[in-house]
Amino acid sequence: MSLHATRRRRQASFRWTVVGLIGLFFALPIFSMVEFTTRAPGGGRTLDTWAKLFDLGVIDADYPELKTGVLASAGLVLLTVAIMLIMLVPTMTWVRLRLPGLRRTVEFICLLPLTIPAIVLVVGLAPVYAWVSYFLGESSLWLAFAYVVLVLPYAYRALDAGLSAIDVKTLAEAARSLGAGWPTVMWRIILPNVRTAVLSASFLSVALVLGEFTIASLFSRDNLQVAINQLGKRDASLAIAAAFAFMVIAFLVLFAMSFVGTGRRSSRPEEN
Amino acid sequence: MSPTQLPVSDTVPGSGSGQGVAVTLSDLHRSYGSIHALDGLTLDIAPGEFVALLGPSGCGKTTALRVLAGLEDADSGRVEVGGKDITSVPTSARDMGMVFQAYSLFPHMTTRQNVEFGLQLRRIPSARRRARASEMLDLVELSDHADRYAHQLSGGQQQRVALARALAIEPQVLLLDEPLSALDAKVRVQLRDEIRRIQLEVGTTTLFVTHDQEEALAVADRVGVMQAGNLEQLASPHDLYARPATPFVADFVGLTNRLRATVQDERANLLGTSIPLLPGSVQRGDALVLIRPESIAVTADPAGRATVISASFLGSTGSLHAVTESGEKVVAQIDNDAVATFNPGDLVTLVPRPNPALAISAMPAGAVASPAAPG
Repeated sequence: MSLHATRRRRQASFRWTVVGLIGLFFALPIFSMVEFTTRAPGGGRTLDTWAKLFDLGVIDADYPELKTGVLASAGLVLLTVAIMLIMLVPTMTWVRLRLPGLRRTVEFICLLPLTIPAIVLVVGLAPVYAWVSYFLGESSLWLAFAYVVLVLPYAYRALDAGLSAIDVKTLAEAARSLGAGWPTVMWRIILPNVRTAVLSASFLSVALVLGEFTIASLFSRDNLQVAINQLGKRDASLAIAAAFAFMVIAFLVLFAMSFVGTGRRSSRPEEN
Repeated sequence: MSPTQLPVSDTVPGSGSGQGVAVTLSDLHRSYGSIHALDGLTLDIAPGEFVALLGPSGCGKTTALRVLAGLEDADSGRVEVGGKDITSVPTSARDMGMVFQAYSLFPHMTTRQNVEFGLQLRRIPSARRRARASEMLDLVELSDHADRYAHQLSGGQQQRVALARALAIEPQVLLLDEPLSALDAKVRVQLRDEIRRIQLEVGTTTLFVTHDQEEALAVADRVGVMQAGNLEQLASPHDLYARPATPFVADFVGLTNRLRATVQDERANLLGTSIPLLPGSVQRGDALVLIRPESIAVTADPAGRATVISASFLGSTGSLHAVTESGEKVVAQIDNDAVATFNPGDLVTLVPRPNPALAISAMPAGAVASPAAPG
């Protein structure tokens, strides 16, 4: 009995040690960021940097690149997630329903970007973007096409897990036999049942797009990371404060989104 | 016809609306590579009739149903419902209710929402939709479960809701694709009887696909036995059992003995007794007669010419295995009370009853009792 209790105590202390170390791993950089952004020039602490960051007038006038970067990243997040979902969900559903033989090929294509470094992608995408710029203009939003390629492996995995959890074929056939056309099948039957997978794919895409620097920088486009990098050359403290603030905002957005996926389940009656 | 134009009349299924239509499948062919799933299948179903398609795995019965539903395209042939050619009409516009082998309730919807789904697509007003759903749930006796989700229902309940959902739209044809095969034996029998009750009440033309012969014989007006993509025989359950048209049907439906006999003048001399033969039997000479276990009477007889191998208690009946002097193995049905009176090695007399049987040309293989169909 006491042996069992000792073992349990040891396991508990091991767990807390692991949790503590991981917590430290995340907390230390965050603490360092806060510490750095609150340093006063002559020693001591000040919130001047933070006050400046939240003074939209100052940011607009003195640091326009930050505003541009934030707006570009927000647009890129929306566009990337939209293109990814519109492209992947129907394709993957169709492959499962009608072309199961192509599943491995589609999987291979979707996972391929995982093996290609961003710098190599840029080399490959450069001539494509020359045409994109020619036809669509120089807007940073068109980076979304490249970002869709970047998020493809993660989004594919998340959606594949969701589609595997339901009997897509039977549900689609049942809906069609009741009179539903393909758009209805997708919108009212498949999507609600892979909602969690869609949200997971979206989370991963949002996180990846918000953190992307290489492609935007090499194509000389604006996004949040490029803006923070530029800001760092002028005002390192403000750049770190901005990075910290957007990390918190991104965390809160993802946290809020996670509740969207679980709202309905909790309202279900108990199983009997 | 768009999905929204699909008809839902003012009559309610369950009120005896008698909405059956005729269904005709003509010369259907469907191949998957070198495999011919349907090989010229032709089938006529009368309005309001309940037809079961029975056959071993891969015989094409499910393919036939899926072609009728529009879920598969036939390579050639024609599908007619109510006299209209619907061969190239998409599934969503065919106006057929279908219950699948796999559980097919939409997991994110309650029972009621599932039943209302097809009605919603037809833009039925909310009040009427709710009333129809309630009546359908009453019909399958699941009104108390209207607000439950699929994961809160048992397998049998899920299939009953699927049936209610299929019937709610007042389909021209009801298609049942092995809806009972995932259920345990007791629920299976209950639901089987329930399906028949509801079908008789509603009067919808129904095609039921199963590999379980008992299921098919119990519920259908006519049973079609399929083999290699075509119908071997389409007949009433009694005729199919008592008057099999082909050796395959005789073997597949129920237990059959294959015993050597001499045939002459449409009668066979079998185990020393003359019995009448069915049309289609061989006309003369040595033959194998396909005879049911219940068509052979067994009496204990010290001077008998057959020896008991075993006797088994099967619940409502008993089964006796014996071997004749000539080495032929015979299975006979006996009363369950009589099982204990027969011991291995006992001598018995086997007498065929005068029921018509099918005689086929004699084959070199030994005459043994054929097993029943799977399931």
